[in-house]
Amino acid sequence: MSFVVDPALPARRGIGRALLADPMGLAGLVIVVTFVAMALLAPWIAPYDPIALDVKAKFLTPSAAHWAGTDHLGRDLLSRIIWGARLALGIAITSVGIAGVIGLVLGLVAGYGPRWLDSGLVLVFDSLSSLPMIFFALAVITVLGPGTLTLILVIVLVSFPAYARLIRTQTLTLAGADYILAERAMGARPGRIIFRHLLPNVVGPLVILICMDIPVVIMLEAGLSYLNLGVKPPSPSWGNILAEGYTSLRQAPHVVIVAGVPLVLATLGFTFLGEGLRDVLDPRGAGRRWA
Amino acid sequence: MGMTVVLEVQNLSVAYAMPGGALQAVRDVSLSVARGEVLGIMGESGCGKSTLAAAMINLLPPAARVGQGAVRLNGTDMLRLAPAAQRALRGRSVAMVFQDPMTAFNPVLTIGQQVADFVGAHDASLARPDRLAAMLDRVGIPDAARCLGRYPHELSGGMRQRVAIAAALLMQPDVLIADEPTTALDVTMEAQIIHLLRDLRTTFDGAIVIVTHHLGVIAELCDRVAVMYAGEVVEEGPVDAIFHDPQHPYTRALLACDPAVVDPASGRLPTIAGRLPDLTAPPPGCAFEPRCGMALAVCSQPVPRRVPAAGRSVLCHRGAE
Repeated sequence: MSFVVDPALPARRGIGRALLADPMGLAGLVIVVTFVAMALLAPWIAPYDPIALDVKAKFLTPSAAHWAGTDHLGRDLLSRIIWGARLALGIAITSVGIAGVIGLVLGLVAGYGPRWLDSGLVLVFDSLSSLPMIFFALAVITVLGPGTLTLILVIVLVSFPAYARLIRTQTLTLAGADYILAERAMGARPGRIIFRHLLPNVVGPLVILICMDIPVVIMLEAGLSYLNLGVKPPSPSWGNILAEGYTSLRQAPHVVIVAGVPLVLATLGFTFLGEGLRDVLDPRGAGRRWA
Repeated sequence: MGMTVVLEVQNLSVAYAMPGGALQAVRDVSLSVARGEVLGIMGESGCGKSTLAAAMINLLPPAARVGQGAVRLNGTDMLRLAPAAQRALRGRSVAMVFQDPMTAFNPVLTIGQQVADFVGAHDASLARPDRLAAMLDRVGIPDAARCLGRYPHELSGGMRQRVAIAAALLMQPDVLIADEPTTALDVTMEAQIIHLLRDLRTTFDGAIVIVTHHLGVIAELCDRVAVMYAGEVVEEGPVDAIFHDPQHPYTRALLACDPAVVDPASGRLPTIAGRLPDLTAPPPGCAFEPRCGMALAVCSQPVPRRVPAAGRSVLCHRGAE
């Protein structure tokens, strides 16, 4: 009894090492780091201007001058993909980050606050998540007009209810913990209990969920851009490149392939990383080695 | 011993809302404890002693409702105060130590961060590391300064309970409530904590309330004891008097249930036959009557509280005639 070891902390120490030891987690990490590097370094590593036209050089297949070929307006596809990574990750991380913060705060308030507030917030979460995602996105875009900001707003509205519900459930479980009661017995204010004691205990699962959500958001952005409802052309969104390549699928199939590969890789990378993180962080997860 | 009453529970009743009706966990309890005094609250599981302890700091579970009564801390009724005013009293005027030291600390914060947090809620100047270390030193934590940087899982149960006691005492509260402080510990640790609490009696000038089902803890530490049964205080008085001359049949039965005494005829541990009455519909008369070997016809009538000697009270028809 006196040597019951709390699993939370030993697990926390070797996160990095444990993630590297897991082949899927390692693959995920490598892919994600590559895309993040592409996104951050786009202005320096992209060989051409992604929107510079060169109509004479249209539909070139991959060569030494254009590693990924050119599209129907002669724009360098590799440059467009690299700048597209910046757009995709920028939108995904910004919107999921905003949604994460909103979900975290509302979930904590709903879980720890008075019951009427909880009921009200749960009603909001449930109403928002009961709307079909694509139709809701189409409705918002129709009202506000397409564009990057509208896209971010749609993604935030679509994703935060799931985060808030996760956090709320965790908070409800933890609110009954003895150490929270002990804090209250020492006269701690609700704000202090929420942000100092509950928050660090609930934030781990949220990070995993967010990581697993990023590919969904990247796909949503690409999908809406493909439908001309997301990022406006000529911005090099992967969805835009796909849409433009689709019109010339017969004569130049490389355009669609070049735009599709990064989408697939990014989705896989973030999913692997999220699953790897989940296995490493969750002490009950399968395959975890006990010290 | 100065007789300034610091905590007074007056005619307190607490019920839990249950699907089958209100479960009356604490029924018309009146108690008081003076500065420098150690009061023990004793009883078997389910007698309402932990509910009473929670009511003393007004941190009852959400399903609990206070029917009537008052909990006066230095004369102010805790139950009638606004939440902010209650928070100001908790930790500073009344502090609590909990049963299970394994779960009483947040696993993701260091001991130092948490203890600093306890006092920081009231007075940030008390949260200086040297003062915290001095307090841990006082409760017998070796290498106190380094202990502040440790996480809860790096400490044994006994060490954690010492830290919890140190944290509760940092603000020099008027009343320290300890809810089964040794129940979750093994016997060695239990002896250490009892020893620590006994030492504290000489340095701590507030009142201490210890809730336990452990007769040894009461005998070692307490000046007075209140015996609870089915939500009521059935007998109360000085520890010596009650242990040597129990007046209530339940107290007698409880004292006879010493695990050291095995019935030589059957080889079994002594027990009290029968079980607790249904507290959703408590009997109008004596709650112990169905299990009592000395019950009279009058025992099904409401019971008078009588005073067999100065400073004592008993809730029993026997001896009243």
